[in-house]
Amino acid sequence: MTVEAATQPSKLRWGELEEDDGEDLDFLLPPKQVIGPDENGIKKVVEYKFNDEGNKVKITTTTRIRKLANARLSKRAVERRSWPKFGDAVHEDVGARLTMVSTEEILLERPRAPGSKQEETKVAGDPLAQMGKGGAVLMVCRTCGKKGDHWTSRCPYKDLAQPSETFIDKPPSDANAAAGGVTKGAYVPPSMRGGGTTERSGTDMRRRNEENSVRVTNLSEDTREPDLLELFRPFGAVSRVYVAIDQKTGTSRGFGFVNFVNREDAERAINKLNGYGYDNLILRVEWAAPRAN
Amino acid sequence: MRPILMKGHERPLTFLKYNRDGDLLFSCAKDHNPTVWFADNGERLGTYRGHNGAVWSCDVSRDSAMLITGSADQTAKIWNVKTGTPVYTFNFDSPTRSVDLAVGDKLAVITTDPFMGLTSAIHIKQIARDPDDQIGESVLTLKGPQGRINRAVWGPLNRTIISAGEDSVVRIWDSETGKLLKESDKEDGHKKPITSLSKSTDGSHFLTGSLDKSAKLWDIRTLALIKTYVTERPVNAVAMSPLLNHVVLGGGQDASAVTTTDHRAGKFEAKFYDKILTEEIGGVKGHFGPINALAFNPDGRSFASGGEDGYVRLHHFDPDYFNIKI
Repeated sequence: MTVEAATQPSKLRWGELEEDDGEDLDFLLPPKQVIGPDENGIKKVVEYKFNDEGNKVKITTTTRIRKLANARLSKRAVERRSWPKFGDAVHEDVGARLTMVSTEEILLERPRAPGSKQEETKVAGDPLAQMGKGGAVLMVCRTCGKKGDHWTSRCPYKDLAQPSETFIDKPPSDANAAAGGVTKGAYVPPSMRGGGTTERSGTDMRRRNEENSVRVTNLSEDTREPDLLELFRPFGAVSRVYVAIDQKTGTSRGFGFVNFVNREDAERAINKLNGYGYDNLILRVEWAAPRAN
Repeated sequence: MRPILMKGHERPLTFLKYNRDGDLLFSCAKDHNPTVWFADNGERLGTYRGHNGAVWSCDVSRDSAMLITGSADQTAKIWNVKTGTPVYTFNFDSPTRSVDLAVGDKLAVITTDPFMGLTSAIHIKQIARDPDDQIGESVLTLKGPQGRINRAVWGPLNRTIISAGEDSVVRIWDSETGKLLKESDKEDGHKKPITSLSKSTDGSHFLTGSLDKSAKLWDIRTLALIKTYVTERPVNAVAMSPLLNHVVLGGGQDASAVTTTDHRAGKFEAKFYDKILTEEIGGVKGHFGPINALAFNPDGRSFASGGEDGYVRLHHFDPDYFNIKI
């Protein structure tokens, strides 16, 4: 851009002009001139202006017009660009903000990390390796414990397995404790009911949940309590199974607890099932830590 | 990518359509005004005022001069794209659901819903070049399928019409005689109502999306099932990339269940699948409600999704989208 000041002889005297300031003097200027764009895309715009001191100034702006490489619009589309607005769009004020660019960066979320799939296919190429990896380890019957022979649902010994024990959800102490306290008029919290047995029922209930309790983590989302019971029952009598469910989504949070009647059974279950492949995930089974409070 | 959000509609979106050059995007919603947007920056060009009910679908002529819309006010209207003025109105006895222009823009197929004892029907109308010569009579009316016909489109060379709807059967009709030529069979076909149908760019195959949580790819001539894409949620909208071997499925849980569950449970994503391997490539999140409409720009470099939330989201792909490998 070049700016050249040209002092051109003017017909009017500056002194006369000073008097009527505020008046628009642009009519005294020659009109704006546009030259080009030529074959090199050079466009010249010549304008005349009064500067602050009242002198006439000639401004020449030289620009180069470039065509964008990726702008491959058809002639019709370019024409449509200049169509006048119609319908409700006519009265659109600037503040309407109907069209906004998201403030959030949205990505195409891949279901698995890129690249992880390639390894899998490499393994799949070798049939022997696949047998060792996918078949034998993962296909473990949870009823009879046979590896690589059949799935749990197809177990031929299914009927021979002992039927699942019914849970006793309510501790039996609850019933008589409640019966003891009703005669009094004032409210008595359940833990205080039944007079002398106060601390017994409270601590007893808590101990029930913590006794021989095994924590199972890295469960798949589809695992439900009956599945967990099915998995742990072969090790001994199970008194309680619990899978943590997200209240909001209704999906499993991926961990649960199993209580055994006998401590030895729990220990055996931990030794056996820690690191066991279940539903394409490796289970982690350990003693449940007592709650901090 | 940073999608462009277009909030021109006050009610859920029902349909999206790009013109052939890919510079205009037409959106239909349950509010009564179809809207046209510039597809590059999302600026609103105009609205088409005149319908008196939800607008279910639209189609635009090859030269982008004429728009046809079908609405629940029992009419289908022809519009001047540039000025937004209605040119002609087809009157029916029941709400119109789907409209599709034939190659050459001389014929249109319009479907009507079952209503007040009337059964659903597929009407073929002649479209006159000069609006003054336009007549309302149907060339042909096809009846037979039970329930709503959610989509009817033209087959190759305008010789056939492909219809799909609530009875979850895909049908191919002869567009001249009105004879039923082919029907999808029980084993291959969808198990629940078909909500959407989209043709490939070359017109050799088409994709149907259904509430049975799957989408199926069919050969347009033989009606042979080519592929099935399985997803976790009912599919409300389908689209196929004209550039890459990708299909996009949109959906989400039932709108009535949205407020009772966490937003994470909804899964209101546009899911990308590899067309050939039927494997999921990824998902694009953003809508607050189920996705009701999807459309790919004819250049394959952007796509638009319309949701129950009333927003149109315009996504221009990042360069790395074009290098995705499975």
